[in-house]
Amino acid sequence: MVMPTECDSEEQTKLMAKNIEKRKQSLPEKLQQGATAATDWMQDSQFWTSVFRPGSIFRKGYTDSPRNRSYVIMNSVLYHLHPVKVKRHAVKVSYTLCLGGLSFFLFILLTITGIFLMFFYRPTAAAAWSDIESLHTQVSFGLLVRNMHRWGAHLMVISVFLHMARVFYHGAYKAPREFNWVVGVMLLKLTLLLSFTGYLLPWDQLSLWAVTVGTNMMGFTPVFGDQVRFVLLGGKQIGAETLLRWYVLHVLMLPFTLVIFLAIHFWRVRKDGGISGPL
Amino acid sequence: MTEIPEHLLKRSQDAKAKADGDSAPPPQSVAQSDDDGETIPRSLLEQSQQEGAAAPAGGGVATIAPPAMAGPSGNTHRLLTVVKSGSIQDVKASPGDKVHVWPHLLAPEFTAALFITAFTLVFSLFINAPLLELANHNATPNPSKAPWYFLGLQELLTMFDPMIAGVTAPGIVLVLLGFAPYIDRNPSNAPEDRKFAISIQTIHLMFWAVLVIIGSFFRGQGFNFTYPWDTGLHGIFHL
Repeated sequence: MVMPTECDSEEQTKLMAKNIEKRKQSLPEKLQQGATAATDWMQDSQFWTSVFRPGSIFRKGYTDSPRNRSYVIMNSVLYHLHPVKVKRHAVKVSYTLCLGGLSFFLFILLTITGIFLMFFYRPTAAAAWSDIESLHTQVSFGLLVRNMHRWGAHLMVISVFLHMARVFYHGAYKAPREFNWVVGVMLLKLTLLLSFTGYLLPWDQLSLWAVTVGTNMMGFTPVFGDQVRFVLLGGKQIGAETLLRWYVLHVLMLPFTLVIFLAIHFWRVRKDGGISGPL
Repeated sequence: MTEIPEHLLKRSQDAKAKADGDSAPPPQSVAQSDDDGETIPRSLLEQSQQEGAAAPAGGGVATIAPPAMAGPSGNTHRLLTVVKSGSIQDVKASPGDKVHVWPHLLAPEFTAALFITAFTLVFSLFINAPLLELANHNATPNPSKAPWYFLGLQELLTMFDPMIAGVTAPGIVLVLLGFAPYIDRNPSNAPEDRKFAISIQTIHLMFWAVLVIIGSFFRGQGFNFTYPWDTGLHGIFHL
């Protein structure tokens, strides 16, 4: 707010001097000033301050302070899975090798690429294979996204397996983390099942016979083996019904179950006092 | 040893100087002059030896010098020795030894995510996911293999009865694995205390790894044993 003053002429002289100064500035300087002013205007707006909560690095005047470091975690729906602070040894990459985090990240990557693939795929025996083929040849980035989904899935099986080995070798399944290990073994099985159900979907010779070999083993289970196999295959042998069932398992039921177990897994990590160690 | 901040040292020296009167210099100045941080300062050692000779009854126990035996500068107390904190206090990383998740954990997590994305992307640019001919129930490929993570089981099937290889063995393994925390009653997680657990798990993991490798690369037509250099690795990415 400008207070009215008696010396108007002085004010005007100042203003003129300012204008002359402005004209002297080079273009990059002007642009930079303009950008700063625009950023300030944007960050001061009601919209911006309502979107980014205090402590967000996008808020005006964010500084690296302990208070803001805490706010970054507390005020973000994405990051608040984390505590504000963790034990110093827990951030050592050499301890965890990031394997649990990578498994989770690969799951996200697989979800994103999987949703893309769903737009171009019909789970019927007549259409499945040709849908994949036209995905390769007619859809922009279709082959690339399918490749990422495929290799990402194998990577996830490997990283979940290695995560299990890492946790075992650190003795991290011991009290008070016993139950979280059990949840983790469930997650390992779910990961394998997700990969296995996805294996059938391209409906080519590789899928058909790999799944045939895999499900034949299931039939040897005593007492209810044949019944389980019948329910999973939707018949005596792999066919159109199997494709639909495994599709639903793969894109909906197993991911849904996995997310529930993941939530319990992450929640228990924090409730059990953070990750284990140091050795 | 924890550094005492300069300003605190100065303040305490000032306070002592004030208490002792301006005539007496602070005792630390004597101790610090020849204190190398390791041994008893030479001046103090000599002083104590002299006093020890004068009063042998004192023995090894630190005795308070009577005011009559005031030091050279007239102070009435002695600094016997400086003991490093680590030698008498057990200094451990306390539960308070914590760091902020932002940026110390989020930054590595983000880097790892970027790395794995880049790796998957580049790998996918060069190697295509397999798509063989349309599924055909009447044309069984030879050999027919399960996905690689089940090849250990398929390998067992060639050696044992399906009841054992397909059901009993994996069943036992999964149950043991799931109940590992309740079976392993050893509370320690130090590797030297867990030789048995670590050995058995390593054997177990290697067992499956070897079976998967054999199943993947050493099984040709009719699932018969073959060498990868005889049959070639042309189907290596048929995963």
